Amino acid sequence: MRGMALSLVVFLPALGGLLIALLPRDREGLVKQATLAVALVTFAISLPLYLGFDARVADYQFQERRPWMPSLGITYHLGIDGISLLLVLLTTFLMPLTLLASWHSIEKRWKEFAVTMLLLETGMLGVFAALDLFLFYVFWEAMLIPMYLIIGIWGGTNRVYAAVKFVLYTLAGSLLMLVAILALFFQHGAATGTYTFDLPVLAQYVLPGGQTQNLLFLAFALAFAIKVPMFPFHTWLPDAHVEAPTPGSVILAGVLLKMGTYGFLRFCLPLFPQASITFAPWVIALAVIGILYGAWVSTVQPDIKKLVAYSSVSHLGFVMLGVFALNPQGLVGGIIQMVNHGLSTGALFLLVGMIYERRHTRLIADYGGLWKVMPAFSVLFLVVTLSSIGLPGLNGFVGEFLILVGAFQWNRTVAVVATTGIIFAAVYMLWMYQRVFFGEVTREENRRLQDLTVREWVVLAPVLVLIVWIGVYPAPFTGVTEASVQALISQVQAKAAATAALAAR
Amino acid sequence: MNPALSVPALVAPAIHLPAIGPVLVLAITALVLLVLDLLPPRERKEHLGVVGLAGIVGSLVVSLYLWGADERAFQGMVILDGFAIFFNLVIGFAVGLVLLQSLDYARRQGAESGEFYILVILAAVGMTLMAGAGDLIIVFLGLETMSLALYVLAGSFRGRIESAEASMKYFLLGAFASGFFVYGLALVYGATGSTNIDRIGAAIGGGAARDPLLVVGFGLLVVGFGFKISTVPFHMWVSDVYQGAPTSITILIATGSKAAAFAALLRVLLVAMRQGQADWSLLMWGLAVLSMTVGNVVAIAQQNVKRMLAYSSIAHGGYILIGVAAGGALGNSSVLFYLLVYTFTTAGAFGVILLLERGGREAVETSDLAGLAARHPVMALVLTIFLLSLVGIPPTAGFVGKFYLFGAAVRSGYVWLAVIGVLNSALAAYYYLRIVVVMYMREPDGAPTVMVPSLGGSLALLVALCGVVWLGVMPAPYFELAQTALAPLLR
Repeated sequence: MRGMALSLVVFLPALGGLLIALLPRDREGLVKQATLAVALVTFAISLPLYLGFDARVADYQFQERRPWMPSLGITYHLGIDGISLLLVLLTTFLMPLTLLASWHSIEKRWKEFAVTMLLLETGMLGVFAALDLFLFYVFWEAMLIPMYLIIGIWGGTNRVYAAVKFVLYTLAGSLLMLVAILALFFQHGAATGTYTFDLPVLAQYVLPGGQTQNLLFLAFALAFAIKVPMFPFHTWLPDAHVEAPTPGSVILAGVLLKMGTYGFLRFCLPLFPQASITFAPWVIALAVIGILYGAWVSTVQPDIKKLVAYSSVSHLGFVMLGVFALNPQGLVGGIIQMVNHGLSTGALFLLVGMIYERRHTRLIADYGGLWKVMPAFSVLFLVVTLSSIGLPGLNGFVGEFLILVGAFQWNRTVAVVATTGIIFAAVYMLWMYQRVFFGEVTREENRRLQDLTVREWVVLAPVLVLIVWIGVYPAPFTGVTEASVQALISQVQAKAAATAALAAR
Repeated sequence: MNPALSVPALVAPAIHLPAIGPVLVLAITALVLLVLDLLPPRERKEHLGVVGLAGIVGSLVVSLYLWGADERAFQGMVILDGFAIFFNLVIGFAVGLVLLQSLDYARRQGAESGEFYILVILAAVGMTLMAGAGDLIIVFLGLETMSLALYVLAGSFRGRIESAEASMKYFLLGAFASGFFVYGLALVYGATGSTNIDRIGAAIGGGAARDPLLVVGFGLLVVGFGFKISTVPFHMWVSDVYQGAPTSITILIATGSKAAAFAALLRVLLVAMRQGQADWSLLMWGLAVLSMTVGNVVAIAQQNVKRMLAYSSIAHGGYILIGVAAGGALGNSSVLFYLLVYTFTTAGAFGVILLLERGGREAVETSDLAGLAARHPVMALVLTIFLLSLVGIPPTAGFVGKFYLFGAAVRSGYVWLAVIGVLNSALAAYYYLRIVVVMYMREPDGAPTVMVPSLGGSLALLVALCGVVWLGVMPAPYFELAQTALAPLLR
């Protein structure tokens, strides 16, 4: 079955979702168990991808290729390398936890919710596994609708506005990318005689430098920058995060945002290396602005969830900084940081969701002194908070350190300015932690809050294990990416040189 | 022998019936229906619809049987080639779905009558004639047969003032459009000496391209076509007619008549006006941009779902014109493919609306759909899929159709046209998704909206749904079919 392993992982959730749709509505317990089982099995069958992955090989592995629309050179082409492997695993890992976390927090239409989440999982996995631009675009767009429904149906009071804003922002960006994909297809076809949407083939092609390459880069970059989101395209994010239900926020922060940064890595860099180098200073400038702006805005948020949402803008600024520093440390750091952010911020949203279930408020001012009431919750929250800040020994430190090493080589001033972002992160996270957990219990309602239940322990424990594991011994995670990252960098440099040679001729 | 005295033998024009096989089947069906209408039972007329459906299926079978034919009959007046057959299929699907949906709907709305089904079949006769027209006279004949039937059908809900208004508006403006068309036809005849599409092409190739008479005549023809395919600025009738006409007839106007008009337009452009491609391509560029933008912008403001879909139909006319403007094998076959997709999608979207009622009247306001997902989850899901196809979200057929159209535009160097097209798609997402928002995310107020069970309607929805999903997942064979169909026109 090795030939079909990846397809199986990608489509199992959707298949399970369709079957669950047929279950009777009133058997909610059965629906919940079946959904969790599908997600768990998906995680289980995604593990062989890691175990069978050859870290020494930079090329795509577990490849599958079948003709789909031969007259247009469209194939069904899947494959993963060290970059996408971690993101696939992150997705399959987070999904069962998220479902378990929504056991009680989703109060209506659980069955529809389950189906939507499973369809979303297939969309996300497809985005990370697709190696054909058309196929990638299909997954990229298809995934929008489930997320739209999750925010719009199960979200908070202002959910419809947030859902529509999310879709329109993303759609506007990605449709321009569609035109760019088509333009690249015809440009490549006219130049080489091979009309294909196949990414590995297109990545071989040296696009002439100058305006065409720049415009194509910008069209792709806009779609990805909105998704990341980079400053100034981030305004949909706070709305979407605050209104989304807890599972929506976890998936949004944990996986969806990574699609933007992944897009830069997978498409912008290898397809448009010259333009990537040309625009790197601009991207890095926006990334640094995002780091500082996100941190500053987080500091003053009265709502814990919004605080975490803005902190994502800051954290993903770090990822972009690492990616566009265009050196091995920066790239590996960026990739690890993508995983870290998925774990830490995902866990933060889970924790915020748990406290919200108890008190139905997310305002910092409504809490205080929780340490005395809920000691276990407080300890776990503290660990995740420290991981998010980047305390050595926890996962966040590894990624941020590598990114800053990369950035330092690119430009010292940038590295220095970006480092202040970590200080600000400590300010907003710890200040929030202090106000929520320390001091005296100020509100009567908070006195009798229940500490973590067994189910909540089960949800949080795996994330915490990984947080510590990556922090202490990151090699199993950085190791698989290194060969792919090296290959990517040499490809970018070789193609940029070839483009320059083309221009000089 | 004195040559002046020799009387040439009277040669009867060759009659080659297979070339008009599909039309013939439909025409005979219409005649049979006329007779059947006189026989009892007097109250129920559903059986006429079923017989009509059988006629449509028969015509589809004949078309499929003749696939691969390439012949001209009646001195080139009628053409039966892959192109005509492809459109016969599109028209057959459109009319078939309309009949299925009308069976129950017409009776429920108190408009059941024999004429209803007869006129639908006659409209189909006109559409099929247009698809296979080799002569502008036949185009006109088909156009009028179709239009006259549709004018009456639009007003077939006699009890409703909106229906009468729709019929009146459609007729008046349609009559003007026909006038333009005939005037254009006359001028083209004057410039080229023929009404035959092939011969016009030959005459233009022979040097008549810059004749002002031809240019004006061609412009008038485009006005006539523009009216039928509802492009801006010839779209004024669309919203009122779509809204007022019985919903199943709205489907027929939006799908069948549009497809037939596109068939004739493509033949005129690609065969008769081939020499002027550089010029008319720009014209189509402009019409496409206008139609997309005006259609989508105005659709945002609509509260009535039928009106909204009317403006969306104008916008889709614009998307299709992108393919016409782009031209070439890719552009034109994208047009064919998109028309097929659009037929399923539109028939489906209107088909759901047609099954909904609220407080004894048709549920056609956006607010009527509030909370539909809680009450009728399957209907809401089905409508959502059709709406997503209209937006162009994968994996629905609408996405693939648009992908081909925009691809053709990029290939022909009209990158900006593609960019305007995609921006319009993003704009359109707003109003289509608003319906989804209302269905899934709002609570109903007042009387609940109920679904009226209907076997024919459900069957039609199932067919349309299969079309939308299947063409979205496995488009390759059908796109190749469109390419094959187009080949005779590009020779």
